[in-house]
Amino acid sequence: MSRIQARFEALRRSGRKALIPYITAGDPSPGLTVPLVHALVEAGADVIELGVPFSDPMADGPVVQRSGERALKNGVGLSDVLTLVKSFREKDSNTPLVLMGYANPLEAMGLERFVREAGSAGVDGVIVVDYPPEECAEFTALAKSNGIDPIFLLAPTSTDERIRQIARVASGYLYYVSLTGITGAGHIDVSDVAAHIPKLRAASSLPIGVGFGIRDAASARRIAELADAVVIGSRVIQEIESAAPEEAEARVKAFLASIRAALDGAAAKAFA
Amino acid sequence: MQMYDLPDRRGHFGPYGGVFVAETLTHALQELRAAYERCRTDPEFIAELKSELKHYVGRPTPVYHARRWSELIGGAQIYLKREDLNHTGAHKINNTMGQALLARHMGKRRVIAETGAGMHGVAAATVAARFGMQCVVYMGSEDVARQSVNVYRMKLLGAQVVPVESGSRTLKDALNEAMRDWVTNVESTFYILGTVAGPHPYPMMVRDFQSVIGEECRAQMPELAGRQPDAVIACVGGGSNAMGIFYPYVADEKVRLIGVEAAGEGLATGRHAASLCAGRPGVLHGNRTYLLQDANGQITETHSISAGLDYPGVGPEHAWLKDSGRAEYVAVNDDEALKAFADLCHYEGIIPALESAHALAYAAKIAPSLPKDAILLVNLSGRGDKDMQTAARKLGVQL
Repeated sequence: MSRIQARFEALRRSGRKALIPYITAGDPSPGLTVPLVHALVEAGADVIELGVPFSDPMADGPVVQRSGERALKNGVGLSDVLTLVKSFREKDSNTPLVLMGYANPLEAMGLERFVREAGSAGVDGVIVVDYPPEECAEFTALAKSNGIDPIFLLAPTSTDERIRQIARVASGYLYYVSLTGITGAGHIDVSDVAAHIPKLRAASSLPIGVGFGIRDAASARRIAELADAVVIGSRVIQEIESAAPEEAEARVKAFLASIRAALDGAAAKAFA
Repeated sequence: MQMYDLPDRRGHFGPYGGVFVAETLTHALQELRAAYERCRTDPEFIAELKSELKHYVGRPTPVYHARRWSELIGGAQIYLKREDLNHTGAHKINNTMGQALLARHMGKRRVIAETGAGMHGVAAATVAARFGMQCVVYMGSEDVARQSVNVYRMKLLGAQVVPVESGSRTLKDALNEAMRDWVTNVESTFYILGTVAGPHPYPMMVRDFQSVIGEECRAQMPELAGRQPDAVIACVGGGSNAMGIFYPYVADEKVRLIGVEAAGEGLATGRHAASLCAGRPGVLHGNRTYLLQDANGQITETHSISAGLDYPGVGPEHAWLKDSGRAEYVAVNDDEALKAFADLCHYEGIIPALESAHALAYAAKIAPSLPKDAILLVNLSGRGDKDMQTAARKLGVQL
């Protein structure tokens, strides 16, 4: 059983929802990435999404863009990200870790080499934002054969046919983008999420994570009542961005812990 | 004559092109594809576009035999397709007119565009004004500073110009930002992309709208020169003017197709914008094509004297034409382009855009080695009035 699957099953058994924070590898500095990921886990993260910096992050809002630019300024490329993952795994062999990024850096490394090295570094899943399933059949097969879950996005505009098409190839979890827009936008529409989740459930038995636009404990709690996982990226990065480097760990920890508490409250309510 | 049948249904030109976008844009692109498929064969739409191109844009543009310049160079006869005579001074409006009409058919009242030097932005703002649409143009803040006259021009035309502060603050970042706007406002908004790049159907659609250039040439050349040219030469940044003049000639294999990229300060210096000559395939802006990138797959910054060629990618159909050997791609540096720019002013009384001057420079380079009755057709894609500051500075003149 994969680490992602095991984690979601354990959560389901204990009646809890998954909390999935996102940070960009190499921001604010490569040396802080592994400590920050450990801090996120300590604060209650169930799965980690680690961003691979790219020069042209078309689907990302200003916060994630700036974070990627800082990482690029630090010279962090895909092979450095894999080294950071390996170093994280020295102390944590349980927490699932998912890389999120864009196709070009993966293709520049070579897809075969990437999945091989990512697999052995301890990566559990990969989200390639600009790889829709029909353009990445080869990658999907390579990832699966190396024990890596290819994770796909679904949007409010995805048709039923599209949902079924993606459900056929996806593994790990489904990532529902809760708004038409970019990461970090501030207007999540809970009733839209509530309307869409059943369509996803009908097409797939995979756990469903919701992200893009979840900013605080209140929106996280409302989403947790509907989905299996809540993804928070831009708000975590804002904590890092506005903190002095030596305070970043404490800041993300405090922020994430507040979300964790809200989620556990929601789970208690859902199972009451 | 057999036309080749690309792209395929999903927008592929061999291994290039495609739809490499986040799921949030998939539906919008499907909707655009369906609307374009309806309109491209609708006699009413075709008649409407034709009428606008004639009465508003000023088509057909003439082909002109540059006799004095040809004589001076000695060798082949050089003919110029005068896209500089279009309304707004470049070929860009052929495409913005087509897309604006499509936007109207789709009931979208707001259009957005990206721009580098500002020519596409001006052409988009122009058609938006013509049809009473709201228009927002994204432009890298570096370019806003360099092209203040075009920024003012767009504002006069009623467009809002949004400076883009991310990444390298140039054309590629403006394109990223336009995509982000589109994904956020997809219900109300039509994205008028300016070149034969981006996700399917843009490379095909922009090519189709620009093909009017080559179609006119096919009718005009026999009239003027007695036959089709031996070679068609066009500059390539994203590649829309080149695709527009190449496409009706692709199946006519007697005609050489030559795309000229910007070698900037020289290919060896790394300061250039020659994606086909010096790049390698990758994925950017929704399609697979040749890209200028570093070893980590990060897109690198480009350099050219002409802002319109300053793009690290290139349309996927050019990538295919290169690999298949149907078209040749070469590069011309800043100094060579500048000399052709000055010569055309002197000997023909035509001020070409610095972009088009790259194509002219390559024609001047090969003409002497060709017989007197050989014919080179150069796409003079735009006029050079916008380049006065740059040319004067480079030629050491104080304005």
